Amino acid sequence: MADSLSVGTRPIAVRRSRFRNPTPWLLCSPALLLFLGLLLVPLLLTIVLSFSVYDSATGTGQGYTFSHYIEVLTDSYYHEIFLRTGGMSLAVTLLCIVLGVPEALILSRMRSPWRAIFLIIILGPLLISVIVRTLGWAILMGNEGLINAALQSWGLIDSPVKMLYTMTGVTIALTHVLIPFMIISVWASIQKLDSSVENAGLSLGASPMTVLRRVILPQIMPGVLSGSIIVFALAASAFATPAILGGRRLKVVATAAYDEFTATLNWPLGAAIAILLLIAMVAIILGSNYLVERRYRAVFER
Amino acid sequence: MQKNHAFALTYHAFFILFITAPLLVVVAVSFTSLGYISLPTEGVSLRWFYAILEERQFVDAFLMSAWLALVSASAAVALAIPAALGLANYRFPGRNALTAFFLSPLMIPHVVMGIAFLRFFNQAGFSGSFGWLSMTHVIVIFPYALRLTLASVTGLSRDAELAARSLGARPHTVFRRIVLPLILPGVAGGWMLAFIQSFDEVTMTIFVATPGTTTLPVAMYSYISQSIDPLVASLSAVLIVATTITMFVLDRLVGLDRVLVGKG
Repeated sequence: MADSLSVGTRPIAVRRSRFRNPTPWLLCSPALLLFLGLLLVPLLLTIVLSFSVYDSATGTGQGYTFSHYIEVLTDSYYHEIFLRTGGMSLAVTLLCIVLGVPEALILSRMRSPWRAIFLIIILGPLLISVIVRTLGWAILMGNEGLINAALQSWGLIDSPVKMLYTMTGVTIALTHVLIPFMIISVWASIQKLDSSVENAGLSLGASPMTVLRRVILPQIMPGVLSGSIIVFALAASAFATPAILGGRRLKVVATAAYDEFTATLNWPLGAAIAILLLIAMVAIILGSNYLVERRYRAVFER
Repeated sequence: MQKNHAFALTYHAFFILFITAPLLVVVAVSFTSLGYISLPTEGVSLRWFYAILEERQFVDAFLMSAWLALVSASAAVALAIPAALGLANYRFPGRNALTAFFLSPLMIPHVVMGIAFLRFFNQAGFSGSFGWLSMTHVIVIFPYALRLTLASVTGLSRDAELAARSLGARPHTVFRRIVLPLILPGVAGGWMLAFIQSFDEVTMTIFVATPGTTTLPVAMYSYISQSIDPLVASLSAVLIVATTITMFVLDRLVGLDRVLVGKG
């Protein structure tokens, strides 16, 4: 019945597609063929690869085995890598919330030309290569870098603070790389706010802080949560920033998988790491999406 | 609407500094006259910009990236237009699943896609081919092209289309004379965003790029992992300026916030 309701806007298509109509499938078929042949098949091949026996001479030997998964799941070396990645992603997500939400609110209260200008300044870096943004942080963070030079010349520190090749450095740079996603997400839910509710709160004598806490924050919470999912997922699969700023020793899941493919040449093990990352990612994204939706359905019904 | 407190504006100033500092420092360092990373306190020089032109690997990689992004973005848009028309104008079983499948490259870590493509190319013997490399890029950037095209098709009023049809225009003519001109701004925005995403892609490409198909971000990544010098800073400064120009065009064309909202 939903179809007949939308007849007013899209009559021809809806009426014709009531029964099996090949037209939409034909229209989608070029892209679908590409995706099946060049995305689904390679992903399935990677799953097969992750179960293949490793042979140091030829790469993959005969037969299939669970040993790579068992190795990744039981070896403390890989535990450390997965925990480091998870901890880093969590820290980046929290920093993006703490720094990004206030900024989005401040932006929403700016007047016309400034709001658009600063929004472009904040979102623009998304379009600049991650390599370039990471290079900027590498220049700032080195032992003779600008941050250390400035702190030393002001007499705040005696010897340079080590930032390059530390997780702190990687976390700060990743926060910078990913915070625009948080701003976008929060910004989208701020746009839906009804300012008359805010004004009602104020006119009834609530302090601006109370209005923020009781009126604004609950309403932008879905935006904060969906922004957090995006930021967490992108941080957990980040490659270039941890590779450049973390150095050889501080591996994350993405760089560990890369090393298995390029340095150690244990492809089946690298594939197993990649598949575990993919499973973790899909589980986290779908799981938190589900929780967010369930939670906010409850809020709206109350 | 409440106004911003002085404290809020101070915070805002620091935030903008945090966002812009890494980019400004790259641009500043690129003007140094010295042979190592330093601010141009000893005098401004363009020597590192001229040096880019003498570094053959970067010039080749730049041309490769530009050509790859041009081909991939055009192919992605060519596939996205019919797909968007199919997804927006028809209700059919499997429509939501199909849309999710087309947007799935946003959710799959690029490392995983890189590994999958590497393994596939290796087994099929496609390694080192520009054509196959560009197809992997089409997959990675397809969601961006599709989303902007889909938004403009969905926002389209169908009155003009219906009028043309009832006056006897054939479907092909309706598409060429009515639909395409109306969705063109969205399609152009999708093309530009796809171009930028392809040009900047590094994590997936690093797995499948061979010495003959090294893109600029991959070349810069390899260079930076060896050493950081003013040459790579001046190259980055060029990219920052070029992206800024593209950004203003995109903003004029479709609105930057619309282009980027929901991008993952």
